Amino acid sequence: MDSALIPEGVKRCPTWKFLLALAIAGAVLLWGVVAMLMVWFKGLNQTNMNDYYGFALWIWADLAFIALGGGAFFTGLLRYIFGIKELKNIINYAVLIGFICYSSALLILAIDIGQPLRGWFIFWHANVHSMLTEVAFCLSCYFAVLCIEYLPLVLENRQLDKVPFFHNLSHNMHETMAVFAATGAFLSFFHQGSLGGVAGVLFGRPFAFRTGINIWPWTFFLFTWSAAAYGPCFTLFITWLTEKITGKKLVKDNVVELLAKIAGWMIITYVVAKIIDTVYWATVTAPSLGFKWTFFYSDNPLYGKWILLTEIVLCGIVPGLLLIFGPTRRNPAARVIALLLGVLGVSLNRWVMVLQVMAVPVMSFDKWVLYYPSWQEVATTLLPVAYGVILILISYRYLPIFPQEPELNPIAPYTPANGAEATAGGQAGDESETEAVGQAAPAGA
Amino acid sequence: MKQEQTQHRPKRYGMVIDLDKCTGCGSCMVACMAENNVSFKKDESDKLLSITWMRVYKITNGKPFPDTDICYIPRPCQHCAGQHEGHSPCVSVCPATATDYSRETGIVSQIYTRCFGCRYCMAACPYHARYFNWWDPVWPDGMEKYLNPDVSPRMRGVVEKCSFCFQRYQAAKNKAYLEGRRELEEDEYQTACTQACPAGAIVFGDLNNPDHLVHKMVDPDLKHGGRPRNPEVFRLLERLGTNPKVYYKSGRQWVRKAGDNYLPGEKPGADMHKSHS
Ligand code: SF4
Ligand code: SF4
Repeated sequence: MDSALIPEGVKRCPTWKFLLALAIAGAVLLWGVVAMLMVWFKGLNQTNMNDYYGFALWIWADLAFIALGGGAFFTGLLRYIFGIKELKNIINYAVLIGFICYSSALLILAIDIGQPLRGWFIFWHANVHSMLTEVAFCLSCYFAVLCIEYLPLVLENRQLDKVPFFHNLSHNMHETMAVFAATGAFLSFFHQGSLGGVAGVLFGRPFAFRTGINIWPWTFFLFTWSAAAYGPCFTLFITWLTEKITGKKLVKDNVVELLAKIAGWMIITYVVAKIIDTVYWATVTAPSLGFKWTFFYSDNPLYGKWILLTEIVLCGIVPGLLLIFGPTRRNPAARVIALLLGVLGVSLNRWVMVLQVMAVPVMSFDKWVLYYPSWQEVATTLLPVAYGVILILISYRYLPIFPQEPELNPIAPYTPANGAEATAGGQAGDESETEAVGQAAPAGA
Repeated sequence: MKQEQTQHRPKRYGMVIDLDKCTGCGSCMVACMAENNVSFKKDESDKLLSITWMRVYKITNGKPFPDTDICYIPRPCQHCAGQHEGHSPCVSVCPATATDYSRETGIVSQIYTRCFGCRYCMAACPYHARYFNWWDPVWPDGMEKYLNPDVSPRMRGVVEKCSFCFQRYQAAKNKAYLEGRRELEEDEYQTACTQACPAGAIVFGDLNNPDHLVHKMVDPDLKHGGRPRNPEVFRLLERLGTNPKVYYKSGRQWVRKAGDNYLPGEKPGADMHKSHS
């Protein structure tokens, strides 16, 4: 049905399967949209946030999405600035995932603010001393960069590419991509960092507060570093997931292993910095404010020392080492476990830096307050996930995201023998796709 | 004109609350709600959702009878000055400049029509002095007529907090201006809670003015962020460096100790000088 849109030299699932997947993701999306409208029209009373939890699930999701989307800027940096050529085979997907993560983060922010119609005040009445202002500016600019990076890919769609203007535009944009990659990396450094600064500057909250260099608390650097370390883990993890779902190899092992190795070193160096930061905070910063570090991990049902151990050891040192050592990095199972641990680790870190900060009592006569999200908060947080799935479904189907896919999954030219096999499935879509590819192949060659 | 300007010193309005006098009656909370058009809901049982610009906490010394002792701590916004005048925890983080520190009065204001409800300031305030309007305010039938015309009610989706009854300051300034005066008398500008406290536990005035009672009670060390010299006076969470302008007074050591956090074995006031260097 849609075979004319499908890239040349690749095979896609039957249209009905595609539509079914869209429908399932669409249902989740719709659920999220209902919740979003409820929040917009009825207000934030639809959430379980309260005056102790001004920041909750959404801000966590925001921070986590942005960290996970960090694969885009870091892979771009490696590919275009450090000139690691192999990564061109995964950069498209990294950009797409980044695009999804960042647009999701912006959407969540728009839901999260109490007066969404005044959202632009953050630019208009900007307080340049606020980390959130820095986040807003850099985030918006970087999102624009991601759009620019994603656009040429969209223009490479078979039909769009036929239009000479689009063809040339996309070609020229590719040529200048290094400039955008550099801009993206620069902007990312600041917004990833300022997101870390959001928590680190809170000198009224000893659990979050960090000393640092000049106006930048240590969390500023830790957040940037961790996004660069764990973002690629997410890119690789989603790539693996896509391969499993499509049943195809999409990126060659050497590319995956290279990025995994870099991520491994980044994780290990980050974890070392994180440990130094934690030790300094626990032995110097917190005590100077009258707190023993163990205080932040006791007398409450959830936040125990386990959380620190999980973050640093299980989701930091372990995946870092698994990805650094050749044998484990080359072993697909061990690699995927490492990637998943990494993704969980950075998400946990962001959780701690938002939710645990809110939970800890500061006045000596205050109490720990825990929180669980309302269904509206969960639905609006899943909304971007569903949207991401849909965007990936569409992009994967119609755009040449994985340059190595045709090579890794050669389609045999049409013969009566394999033609019979294709029609055996009884799906017109399947058949016509094979046919279309068969026709197109000589043109592409 | 020139002479008038040189006489015009900036104020640092502040408060001293005598915890040995406070009986925990809550009059200050009621007066504050009425004065400032603070909205309320039918069901106020969830205190994490109640707007209480002034909130009275109850603390105990945790000892068994007969040594049990209790204390009530009224907590308005502390109007923190921060480490350098104006670097309050909340003001420094607000991305839209919707909350501001006045160098003229030392009052931390909230601009309701500019706040877009990101709640970063709430995350920054260690005193939980900031409240979000989770709902639109709905007044019981007819109550609109009794709202204070000098205070704008707040809409859903913005943050609000104690303003030291700023409208009273404006009214007093207007009156003085009409009478050809620049300076206010001590009793011309007083907050609603101060006036409502039947025990006279709350004292309000200009900390910069040696004639004002607050100054006499606190004897603030202005070189060190207004740290109290009077050993019976303390501030909440002094060690964080928020430099509040709300002071507390108590003759009871355990009460003064509850005002801050200390490591096991540490004595109150031990490192005060360090945290402000
Ligand atoms: S008490 Fe809270 S709201 Fe008031 S000035 Fe200090 S930080 Fe801001
Ligand atoms: S909630 Fe309003 S006052 Fe508070 S930081 Fe956000 S914009 Fe500023």
